[in-house]
Amino acid sequence: MTSNGLHPARTVLDNGVTVIAKANHTTPAVSLLIGVRAGAYADPPDREGTAALCARVLDRGTVTRPAEVIADDLDGRGASLSVVTGRHQMAISATCLSDDFGAVLGLAADIARHPAFPDAEVTTRRADLITSIRQDEDNPAPMAVDAFARALYGSHPYARKVRGSVTTVESIRRQDLVRFYQKGFQPHFITVVAVGDVAEEVAIAAIAKVFGDWSSFAKATEDKSASVRGDKPFLSAEALGAKVEGLSGPDAVLVPDAIAPTERRLVTVPMMNKAQADLAYGFAGIRRSHPEFPAFSVMNNALGQYAIGGRLGDRIRERQGMAYYVFSSLDASLGAGPFTIRAGVSADNVERAIASIDTELAMVLESGFTAQEIDESKSYLVGSLPRQLETNAAIASFLLNADFFDLGLDYDVRLPGLIQSVTLEAANAAARQLLDPSRATIAVAGPWIKTATDLHR
Amino acid sequence: MAIRETVLDNGLKVLVQEVHTAPLASVWCWYRVGSKDETPGVTGVSHWVEHMNFKGTRNIPRDQVKGIIEKFGGSWNGYTWIDQTTYLETASKDALDRMLFIEAERMDACLYDPADCESERTVIISELQGGENDPEQLLDTEVTAAAFKVHPYHHPTIGWLSDLQTMTREDLYGHYRRFYVPANATIVVVGDVETDDVVKRVSAQFGGIASGARKAAVRQVEPEQQAERRVVLRKEGTAAYWKAVFHAPAFADEAFFPLLVADAVLNGAAGLNIWSGGGVSRPQRSARLYRTLVDGGLASSVSGGLMPTEHPYLYSLSVSVAEGGSLAAVEDAVLKEVARLRHDGITPAELTKVNAQLRARFVYDGDSVTDIAHQLGYFETIGSWRNYHDLRARLEAVTAEAVHAAAVKYLTPANRTIGWFEPQAGIGDPGSGIRTGSSK
Repeated sequence: MTSNGLHPARTVLDNGVTVIAKANHTTPAVSLLIGVRAGAYADPPDREGTAALCARVLDRGTVTRPAEVIADDLDGRGASLSVVTGRHQMAISATCLSDDFGAVLGLAADIARHPAFPDAEVTTRRADLITSIRQDEDNPAPMAVDAFARALYGSHPYARKVRGSVTTVESIRRQDLVRFYQKGFQPHFITVVAVGDVAEEVAIAAIAKVFGDWSSFAKATEDKSASVRGDKPFLSAEALGAKVEGLSGPDAVLVPDAIAPTERRLVTVPMMNKAQADLAYGFAGIRRSHPEFPAFSVMNNALGQYAIGGRLGDRIRERQGMAYYVFSSLDASLGAGPFTIRAGVSADNVERAIASIDTELAMVLESGFTAQEIDESKSYLVGSLPRQLETNAAIASFLLNADFFDLGLDYDVRLPGLIQSVTLEAANAAARQLLDPSRATIAVAGPWIKTATDLHR
Repeated sequence: MAIRETVLDNGLKVLVQEVHTAPLASVWCWYRVGSKDETPGVTGVSHWVEHMNFKGTRNIPRDQVKGIIEKFGGSWNGYTWIDQTTYLETASKDALDRMLFIEAERMDACLYDPADCESERTVIISELQGGENDPEQLLDTEVTAAAFKVHPYHHPTIGWLSDLQTMTREDLYGHYRRFYVPANATIVVVGDVETDDVVKRVSAQFGGIASGARKAAVRQVEPEQQAERRVVLRKEGTAAYWKAVFHAPAFADEAFFPLLVADAVLNGAAGLNIWSGGGVSRPQRSARLYRTLVDGGLASSVSGGLMPTEHPYLYSLSVSVAEGGSLAAVEDAVLKEVARLRHDGITPAELTKVNAQLRARFVYDGDSVTDIAHQLGYFETIGSWRNYHDLRARLEAVTAEAVHAAAVKYLTPANRTIGWFEPQAGIGDPGSGIRTGSSK
C-alpha cells in the first residue's frame, strides 16, 4: 500500500470542516482523529494549562450524555477515546472495532460539539492535572526540559508549559474552559481523519453527517438571523477561499521569532534525592515552514538519532559509556520550537557529558558530517516511511500533521524525494545555522549543583 | 493466520507467518532466558548480555551493528524480562537476509571485548539509576522483592546494584555461551515474505550453529504466602503511590483468564501485548476501581496488571494518589472493592462488557507485523506460540462463576503485599529509607 502512496480521500464540508479518510483493511479496526487548531499557545497569559485542562474535561459529559453514559458506551465496545493537547493543536483520538465506527464517531462528534464541562468534572480533573504536575516536579527529565525552555525562550510564549503550573492550574475556572473551547472549536479549525477498515466514501459520508450541520459560535452570536438552524454554510466565500489557499488555520496563529541567546547559559534544578541527572542542551530551532526543513531533519538524524543516537550516541553512550541515553530532537512547529540534545547521566558525569557534547558539536562545525553519515540518515528516513505508515493510528496522525502544516495530500509520496535531495553541504549548513556551543542553553536537573568551573569554554 | 513451524536439525525453532499488507518484514529472535534464570551474585546478567549483543560480532564491526538495519529504514531493539530475552528488526522486506544475518551473528559470534564490557557497566548502572528516579518503579522493585522469598522472580530484571558493580566479563560471556544456542531459541518472521523462502534462508544462516542445550527449568517454587506483607518507602518526593500485588496463576493455569477478566472489571481490559500495550489506552472509565478512586477524587490514576508468565507471577494494582488525598483512604477504598469482588463476584453485564473489551484488545494487540511476530514469539517463550491463537477461545470459556472463584482464591489478604510510597518534604534527609515488615 505505502509503496504506491496512501492517496487518501479529502473533502472540505460547507462549514469548513476538513475530512480525510483512508481505507486500510489489515485489521477489523478504525482509528479516528479529530484535530483542532487550538492548543496551549492560546492559553490566557495568567492561565497556563487551560488547554491541558480543557482536554481533560472535554470528554467528561456532553449536553445530552453524562460522563457515565459516555464511559459505559465506550467501555462496552472496548473502544478507547482520549483527548490530547499540544502547543498548537488538540486532538480527540479514538480507536474502535470497525463494527462500532458509526457509534464511536457519533459519540466523538458529540464530545467535540457539545461538551458540558460539568463543574464536578472540572474540579476532579483539575486535581488530576495538579497531581501529574506534582509528579513531574519529582522527575528530573521533565524538570530539565521545562527549565531549558524557560531559559531559552525567556518572554517568548514557547517558554510556557503546556500543562501549566500548580499555581496557574489552580486558578482556572469552568468559564476559562468554556471560553477557550468557544474560541478554538470552530468548524474551520477542525480536521477529521478516519483510517482503517471502512471504505473512504462511507467514512466521509458518516463524518459529514455528524459534523456538516455545525456552525461557528462567533457566527451564531454575531449573526443571529442566519443561525436559527445550523444547516447553512456559515463561512464567507473569502474565508473558504483563504482556507483552501492555506491562509487560515496555522497561519492565523502568528508566532513571533524568539530572541536568540547571545551567550552560553546554564540553569540547574537541584534534586538531591535523585540517583541520576537529566540534561537538556540546545538552541531555538526552525519553523516547520522553513524551506530547508528536510536538511535540518537529516542533520538531526545524523547528529542525534541514527542507530543509537547518531554521532552523539556513538561517542557519548557507546564509546564513553557515559549515559544510558543521549539523543537530539527537532521540534519544528508554527514557530521555531527548540532543537534539543537530551542525556541522562550520573551526577559525576554531568560536566564530562556537557564537555563531550560541546566537543562533538565543535567537530561537526569544523569538519562537517561525513558523506556516509548523511547517506545513511537519508536512507533511514526514506526507508522507514512504510514502517511508520503501517498502523491505522500512525497513518491518521501522519495525515493530520500533513494537513495541519499544509504539506499536501501526497506528502507521503513526495517526502522520499525531499529527503533524497538533501546534500551533504545542505546538512552541514543546517548544522552551522543551529549549533553553536558558545550560545548553547543548558539545563541540568538532578543530584548536581553547579560548580564554578563547569561552564565556560 | 497460517503459521509454519519448522525445527532445524540443530534445534532452532522457526515460525513464519505471511502478512502481505505492507512491504515489510519483522524478525524476532527469542531466547528462553530471563532474569528468573539468574543466580545470586549475577543478577542482571541477562539484561547486560542483551546490551553486549549490540556491540559487534566477528563479521559485523561494532560501529555498524546498530546501523546495518537502519540503512533499510528499519527499526531494531531488544528487551529482557523475567522469562525471556529477545531482539527484533522490522524493515523493508528487502532487508530480510540482513536481519537474519544479524541474528545469526548475535547467536554465535558476539565479541565481548573486555573494554566494551567495562564501558557498558556505567551505561547499565545509569539505566538502573534512571529507573530509581521514578518512585513508582522503585516501589515496584521493593514490593516485588518482598512478595517473592524463594522464586527468582524476586529480583529486578536490571539486577541489584552490587552485582552490577562486581560482575565480570567471564560472567557475561559464560551466560551468553550457555543460553544463546539454537536449542534454546526461536526465530519468528512475519510480513510480506514467502514461507518456503524464509525457511531456506534461516537454514542457510543458522544451520551451521552447534545445537547446545535447552536451558534447565528453574526449580524453585514460591511457598504459599502466609500473611500480608508491607513495604513502606519514605523518601523525598512530591506525590504518593500505592501498590498491591497478589501471587497470581501462571499463563497456562486455568485460573489465568478468569483473573484477567476480574482485572478488566476492576480496571478495564489491558490486553496481553507487553511490547506495544496494544498502542491504545485501556477502556476503563466505567471500571469499578476507576469510578471509585479517580471519579471519587482519591486518585489520579489506577491500573491493574496481569502478565502472561511461565511461572506464577503477580497480579498488581497500582494507584497514583490524588493531590490532597491520602494513602490510607486509597488503600481502604481499593481493599473494599477487592473484598466486594471476592464476596459477590461480577455481574453478567460486566462479563459481557469486558469480553467485548478483551476481544477488541486482542485485535489491537496484533496491529502490525512487528506486534504479530512479538506475540507469537512471546507466547512461545512461556509455553507455545499456539497459545496466541487460543486467547479468544479461553476468554470465551470464562464464566462469572470462574471469575468469582479466582477472586476468592487469589485476592486474599494473606496472599498480598502492599506498598506505600510516602513522599517526604525537604531535601537532605539521609535517614529516609526502606522499611519492610509483616503484618496480618
